[in-house]
Amino acid sequence: MISFLLRRLAYLALLVLVATSAAYFLAATQLNPRSRYEGRNPPPPAAVVDAALDALNLNDRTPVLERFARWSTGVFHGDLGRTVDNTSVNEEIDRRMWVSLRLMLLGAILGSALGVAGGAYAAVKQYQKFDHVLTVFSFVILSIPTVVLAVLYKNAGIGLNNLLGFTGETKLLYTTGEMTPGLDPWTGAGIMDRMAHLILPTLVLASISIAFYGRYQRNAMLDILGSDFLRTAQAKGLPRSRALIRHGLRTALIPMVTFFAYQFALLFVGATFTEKIFGWHGMGEYFVNSVTGQDVNSVAGVTLFVAILVLIAGFLADVAYAALDPRVRV
Amino acid sequence: MEAAPILQVRDLSVTLDSEAGPVLAVRSVSYSVRPGEVFGIVGESGSGKSVSSLAVMSLLPSHARIRGSVLFRGQELLGQSDRALSRIRGRRIAMVFQDPLSALTPVYSVGDQIAEAILVHESMSREAATERAVELLALVGIPSPRHRATAFPHEFSGGMRQRAMIAMAIANRPDLIIADEPTTALDVTIQAQILQVLRTAQEVTGAAIILITHDMGIIAGMADRVGVMYAGKLVETGSVDDVFYRARMPYTLGLLGSIPRLDRGTHQALTPIEGTPPSLVDLPPGCPFESRCPLRIPSCREVEPPLLEMAASGPGHLAACHRSAEVERRDLKSADVFPAPPPHASDRDGAPRAELDQVLEVQDLVKHFPLVKGAILRRRVGTVHAVDGISFDIRRGETLGLVGESGCGKTTAIMEILNLLAPTSGRIVVFGRDTANITHRERFETRRDLQVVFQDPMASLDPRLPVHDILAEPLEAHGVPAVEHSARVRELLRLVGLEPQHASRYPQALSGGQRQRVGIARALALEPRLLVLDEPVSSLDVSIRAGVINLLEQLKKELGLSYLFVAHDLSVVRHIADRVAVMYLGRFVEIGAVDDVFDRPAHPYTQALLSAIPLPDPVKERTRTRIVLEGDLPDPSDPPTGCRFRTRCQKFSGELADAARRRCIEEQPALAARTGGPDHLDACHYAVTASVL
Amino acid sequence: MTAEPDVTSRGQLVLRRFLRRRLAMLGFTIVLVLFAIAYLSPLFVAWQYDELDASAFLSPPTGEHWFGTTQNGFDMFALTMRGMQKSLVVGLVGAVLSTALAAIAGAFAGYFGRILNAAISAVMDLLLVLPGFLIVAILSPLFQGRTWLFFVLLLAAFQWMITARIVRGMTLSLKEREFVQAARFMGVPGWKIIFRHILPNMASLLIIDATVNVSSLILAEVGLSFFGFGIQPPDVSLGTLIGNYSNAALTFWWQFYLPAGFLVLLVLAVNLVGDGLRDAFDPNAPSRVT
Ligand code: SF4
Ligand code: SF4
Repeated sequence: MISFLLRRLAYLALLVLVATSAAYFLAATQLNPRSRYEGRNPPPPAAVVDAALDALNLNDRTPVLERFARWSTGVFHGDLGRTVDNTSVNEEIDRRMWVSLRLMLLGAILGSALGVAGGAYAAVKQYQKFDHVLTVFSFVILSIPTVVLAVLYKNAGIGLNNLLGFTGETKLLYTTGEMTPGLDPWTGAGIMDRMAHLILPTLVLASISIAFYGRYQRNAMLDILGSDFLRTAQAKGLPRSRALIRHGLRTALIPMVTFFAYQFALLFVGATFTEKIFGWHGMGEYFVNSVTGQDVNSVAGVTLFVAILVLIAGFLADVAYAALDPRVRV
Repeated sequence: MEAAPILQVRDLSVTLDSEAGPVLAVRSVSYSVRPGEVFGIVGESGSGKSVSSLAVMSLLPSHARIRGSVLFRGQELLGQSDRALSRIRGRRIAMVFQDPLSALTPVYSVGDQIAEAILVHESMSREAATERAVELLALVGIPSPRHRATAFPHEFSGGMRQRAMIAMAIANRPDLIIADEPTTALDVTIQAQILQVLRTAQEVTGAAIILITHDMGIIAGMADRVGVMYAGKLVETGSVDDVFYRARMPYTLGLLGSIPRLDRGTHQALTPIEGTPPSLVDLPPGCPFESRCPLRIPSCREVEPPLLEMAASGPGHLAACHRSAEVERRDLKSADVFPAPPPHASDRDGAPRAELDQVLEVQDLVKHFPLVKGAILRRRVGTVHAVDGISFDIRRGETLGLVGESGCGKTTAIMEILNLLAPTSGRIVVFGRDTANITHRERFETRRDLQVVFQDPMASLDPRLPVHDILAEPLEAHGVPAVEHSARVRELLRLVGLEPQHASRYPQALSGGQRQRVGIARALALEPRLLVLDEPVSSLDVSIRAGVINLLEQLKKELGLSYLFVAHDLSVVRHIADRVAVMYLGRFVEIGAVDDVFDRPAHPYTQALLSAIPLPDPVKERTRTRIVLEGDLPDPSDPPTGCRFRTRCQKFSGELADAARRRCIEEQPALAARTGGPDHLDACHYAVTASVL
Repeated sequence: MTAEPDVTSRGQLVLRRFLRRRLAMLGFTIVLVLFAIAYLSPLFVAWQYDELDASAFLSPPTGEHWFGTTQNGFDMFALTMRGMQKSLVVGLVGAVLSTALAAIAGAFAGYFGRILNAAISAVMDLLLVLPGFLIVAILSPLFQGRTWLFFVLLLAAFQWMITARIVRGMTLSLKEREFVQAARFMGVPGWKIIFRHILPNMASLLIIDATVNVSSLILAEVGLSFFGFGIQPPDVSLGTLIGNYSNAALTFWWQFYLPAGFLVLLVLAVNLVGDGLRDAFDPNAPSRVT
């Protein structure tokens, strides 16, 4: 058992290693940090640029294997290297992952809870009004790219502000950033301000989650509705509604846990489009910036972070599955 | 003397929606059940027997339209609210379903589910209910019930689950238990246990039972009265004796004549019912059995016969046939109504076995599997001894029946043979070639001579290919020129009793019996010498089964084939095989000529197996002494020491003295001739032949 | 119950059921119509996507420029149609590629097992762990001036793994099915069994998967192009249009809402088709939204 677990762990570690190295090599050969210095006026002397790049371990004149060796030595000591702006990748990730979490947590909780409840209810009331409403909602939301959805919500928010006369500095709903600069986040006003910033992106994220979970939970529940054990529960005298909740919903939740596990583990990875549109400086934004900014070490660092989280999510999914379903317990 | 019936079903009709249109699943069915009696409902799949009983409980899906009346103790059940019904369900009327694995909620422990059944109807504490659940589990014969109550349904064996279902059903001492095919998914020895438990349950609660099954033998042994259903209608009903000995409806007669009888041997003529039941979507007027009935007269096509009382029998014997008065007058039997092929005599022409060629020889075949555990963290935790040293041979023109219950290793054994690879240990010699050292080429060539017919004809035919392509596949694989395919396909279809135009059909468009014929035709395509038949008739309905059995016998004679016939249904084996081997937990316990083994079984397990099979004969069933085995099959990864059967052996636990038992525990009995002829071998230290039929 | 032998083949039955679903038919019609106008309209309209009208900058929709113009005087309608051509092609080609890859990798891994399975599994695990978005983004400069086919290939390369796992699982169970065993015991070689028995028996899964992939790939293209990592100029796609003009949504609404609207309509229609197919293949399964 122990040796089995160790082997499994070694395999996962190897996966992370290969994935991160692959990302590093791709980034190191494809991205061009030197270009950041090229447009400057006056052009800095080549030696200065080289020195600056060398300090960051980004000099494309150093053989890539040598750069990789230096970078990976750092990684083994827990140091993911420097960004192009000479800040620490570790610190960058450490700061941004919490931003992402603050952005997404509420939406994820709301979305999964409402989605599951709605989906289950829709299944029980199949082909009735609620079912149709949820089905159409899911259909439409899942056909809209997140970017477009975020822009729509943002503009709707701006429109609402204008409509209600919030045209000055103070707004009903804010569409940029996490909070108004200069406010103390822990005062009442600060918390209100944060909420006002959070509402629109949360609505975006929650809409998507509701559409997604609603549709899956509905299907999972419909699969269960015709099952023999639900009939047994009724045959022993449970009224239909109680049989549905105690035996039906409980069992129909099992296939959903994989999705929950992934969603909650990946909260730290951020929501690229939502962050971009609403101007939050989370991991999702870092993703994009690392590529546009020719930031090799950031790319590799982000890859490592994501890879580890994906594996953790997989592990969480297994654990949650076993917790809910006695059939797969060891 | 008549007590008031507790359940009265009047003109019950059920219509279900389907892709093809409304299905008239149940049509105007009426019957009543008296307190404490067992009313059997028998019929083939699609006859409406299950639907009608679910309608009684109002447990059909919402698209079902139910008409008629169901009076339970004078109270109308149809049209009641869910609330009102839920007070009756489980408390006054309880139900036992066919497949206990899917009928129990997988995520709650068995004890909790039984306790829940009590708690919905009675106010008591959780602890008290759990305590009751444990008592109930003990009552239905679950060992260490307190411990097992905390287990989940998937940790129970099939028989245990069904016991738990029965415990749940009797938890509130109902007046009526509806048991819907309660033993269909189970092996015969387990089936015997469950029927015993049902009898106990009835004694304890005094409940009446509606027993739904397709097995005439179970009806004969359990029921007081019986109703026969066909195409959604009750076509004959009466006391078991009336229906079994004085059947007046041709369908009932056909059904009784098409069952191979364990107690009759190879000389019984099986009377197949040709054709298939009518579609319930647009049912033609007239008698639903018309297209298959040898007695039909023109008016059968126009007027559906009503269910009428038979004058000569006792009251309550009703049959729905225009000619039943005539059947009664002439006292017609199955064989008088249905044409049967002459019974086949053994066709080995009296030549001694030893002089015939060996087509298959298996010596000390062993197959072990790694036992993996855990769905997430998969790992090996032991070894399953699926087949542990079996030896047999098959001679030209001979049929060896290989019987045993699920888990005994018979499927593994034939897969090893069919793979034509070197086994874990032992030797497999096919047509004189040892599979351990044949080349790739020789293996490919051997496949021409060795073919297989599988159990489920739906699963064994690729649903994406038309029959022609299915039959041409072996021809193509073995390089028969494409131009010859069509002719050969037509020839094969004719050989198995199908029409040339079937070649363009897809398997889904064929009936079960036709599909199995296609499966047989495919196996014959390359003119093999040995056919492995893996439960070839067990997934077919009884009335169709007889036709396929007759076909197999005829083919064997015409083409000089040898069969390795694997089955759990001993009646079929008795009918078709020359020799039989009985397998238990990876080893043979008895092998010999069929008549020897069936009439003079020597091993306690063979005796128990034979005794567990219900005979479609009420008088015999009532007078038979039954051997009911204890417990379940032991874990095949940890078989008992000494004799593998000792944990369940009735002789070991009942007859033997301690000193004698030691030998069973310590010494594995070898297969040897102990009781009679040199060709009748058994593996019991204390073998004594007995007749159990 | 044994129904009257029915001579309609499964294919016909599926077709009939599909045709019966009005929404699915609607979706199918919309996809066809969008296809037609995307490719045929340039033949009939006055302005092509690369022509600029120096007399109309930032013009709202008019009779001349149905969808208005950009700040450089490009015709929005022509751009949208051009973008839709690209989105359609990316979606269709990518979907076919990724489903084919999934089918073959999954079936071979499942059927042959052992080393092949281990190797394919390792590749799948690796690709699942790698953030695909990032990798495509890094490689995006390579698409410049090259065929978009390369981009589609990359998108497909990150799309097939989940389906391949499902295919592998189904292969494992189909392999135990008796008709596959029967073929094996006849001596039919493994690769032939895969193509004759195993994959055709998953046709429903594969067709549905391909349809679903069309919409996911269209959406993926939009996401990447939004950040400039997808289709590269001078090519346009709906994604690049949405990316370029998302800031104009409040001011010059036609630049954003018209291409976005077409995109949503397209994806919605494809999803309706996918949903209809699923129902048609599996009438007993609950109706699903994709
Ligand atoms: S009514 Fe006619 S067709 Fe029906 S069973 Fe009697 S004789 Fe046969
Ligand atoms: S050897 Fe002993 S335990 Fe085994 S069957 Fe004979 S009597 Fe029973």
